[in-house]
Amino acid sequence: MSSLALAVRDSSTMLRRNLLHARRYPSLTLNLLLTPIMLLLLFVYIFGDVMSGGIGGGDRSAYIAYLVPGLLLMTVGSTVIGAAVSVATDMNEGIIARFRTMAIHRGSVIIGHVIGSVLQSIASVVLVGAVAVAIGFRATNATALEWLAAFGLLTLFALALTWVAVGMGMASPNAEAAANSAQPLILLPLISSAFVPVDSMPGWFRPIAEYQPFTPAIETLRGLLLGTGIGHNGWLALAWCLGLAALGYFWSAAKFNRDPK
Amino acid sequence: MTDPAIAANGLRKSYGDKVVLDGVDLSVPEGTVFSLLGPNGAGKTTAVKILSTLVSPDPASGEIRVGGHDLAAEPQAIRAKIGVTGQFSAVDGLITGEENMLLMAALHHLPKRDGLRVAAELLERFDLVDAAKKPASTYSGGMKRRLDIAMTLVGDPRIIFLDEPTTGLDPRSRHTMWQIIRELVTGGVTVFLTTQYLEEADQLADRIAVLNDGRIAAQGTAEELKRLIPGGHVRIRFSDPTAYRNAASALREVTRDEEALALQIPSDGTQRDLRSILDRLHSAGVEADELTVHTPDLDDVFFALTGGTAAVPDQPKEIVG
Repeated sequence: MSSLALAVRDSSTMLRRNLLHARRYPSLTLNLLLTPIMLLLLFVYIFGDVMSGGIGGGDRSAYIAYLVPGLLLMTVGSTVIGAAVSVATDMNEGIIARFRTMAIHRGSVIIGHVIGSVLQSIASVVLVGAVAVAIGFRATNATALEWLAAFGLLTLFALALTWVAVGMGMASPNAEAAANSAQPLILLPLISSAFVPVDSMPGWFRPIAEYQPFTPAIETLRGLLLGTGIGHNGWLALAWCLGLAALGYFWSAAKFNRDPK
Repeated sequence: MTDPAIAANGLRKSYGDKVVLDGVDLSVPEGTVFSLLGPNGAGKTTAVKILSTLVSPDPASGEIRVGGHDLAAEPQAIRAKIGVTGQFSAVDGLITGEENMLLMAALHHLPKRDGLRVAAELLERFDLVDAAKKPASTYSGGMKRRLDIAMTLVGDPRIIFLDEPTTGLDPRSRHTMWQIIRELVTGGVTVFLTTQYLEEADQLADRIAVLNDGRIAAQGTAEELKRLIPGGHVRIRFSDPTAYRNAASALREVTRDEEALALQIPSDGTQRDLRSILDRLHSAGVEADELTVHTPDLDDVFFALTGGTAAVPDQPKEIVG
């Protein structure tokens, strides 16, 4: 078997294993979904009137439209925490030693985690998106190409954050520590343009909010779905995604290739 | 004779300043059971981890070959021939026993139908059919070990590493495990076994190496090792201190144990030797309360070699009177 065929075969076996875990124990994924959905409902139904006033919109639906792109990306950030947790769990189990002493593609266990996490992120985004549509979110003006680009952006963003989360999982001594170290992935959206425009933040803070990974991705997604201006945010988002993916990949690979204790 | 299944020369491993393996030489012929015996922290697990390609040896090590392949150059070829059951259970607790078996079959690239057949056969052989549909995390210690070994056997490995396979098992599970290991050897498999139980090595191994502080203290068959230390002894115990003192002066070459009022006399355990001891006691007019004969066993060898004589009390092997 060629090494590529081996990689594909073993990685898909590992992916099946991860999806089986997710199906057997859906509570981890569902818990992670709770935060974005709760925030969505909170900001629309409780704070909605004030918030829509704040962004200069007329009624609550204007704020729903503003809020949803950010929450979809926050959903990605939240879902990949699951990858950090399950990678850390795996690394602490004897099963990883078994995989390392088998004649399989070495990276397949990690690739399985990454693809599994991206698929779960997409499923979560679809779920949160469905809730958003149910409470009145509409993106009827977006073209098919824009939808496709939006989907591509979400997938790429999920891939980038997953690699970072895998690195965090590798670097953590146990699952609890992994969950803690991955917290920034769900906290960063709070200081992005997800909830309020960057312009409304204090001047000293704006550069932080504007150039952190979430804001360019949120502005790009907003532009694709709602037709607002994207500007340089598209390139920034792409650069962040590729940069984070590479960083997470090399971090994970370095950790994984070290001798286990 | 063909190449040995496992051959290591000058195996070394340090973690920082701590030397774990300090030049270990091993050779395990094909189709035999080799037992690495040693106390906790002797370096047994590290040796298994290195020989099974999990961690790399120090560069100062000599040549290491497993299954005819060089460890440094062809680890993947070695992995195709070996099966490893580590000290800590290497099962996926989140999925069922059967799913664990099918995972192994998939990773060995067995066609689906063969995978199902092999999984079913091994579950049956290891008495796990009833538990096959339950998550492995719910298994008892003995069941987890059985599943662990069953998973190791999916690829039909020719060389099997078992790192303390019976530690923490109850006596019944331990005997089951011994039976499993014997069956493996009957099938021509080479077994590399670590244990801290001397009885286990005695029962199973063709050759035993005693590992102490990262070095091989002695190596040979169980019989050879037993011959390394002087013969057994007779232990005589008294309840009356006067009788104890009288006996001590009547018998020569005794080791006194004042606290227990017991005497130890070197003896080969023959009837003649025992009679002469009893005769001398009789003529001194002393009556012993208890007399036990101790033949040398691996425990004596082990404690003599690892310098832990006082750690564990002697187990009488034969009781007279």
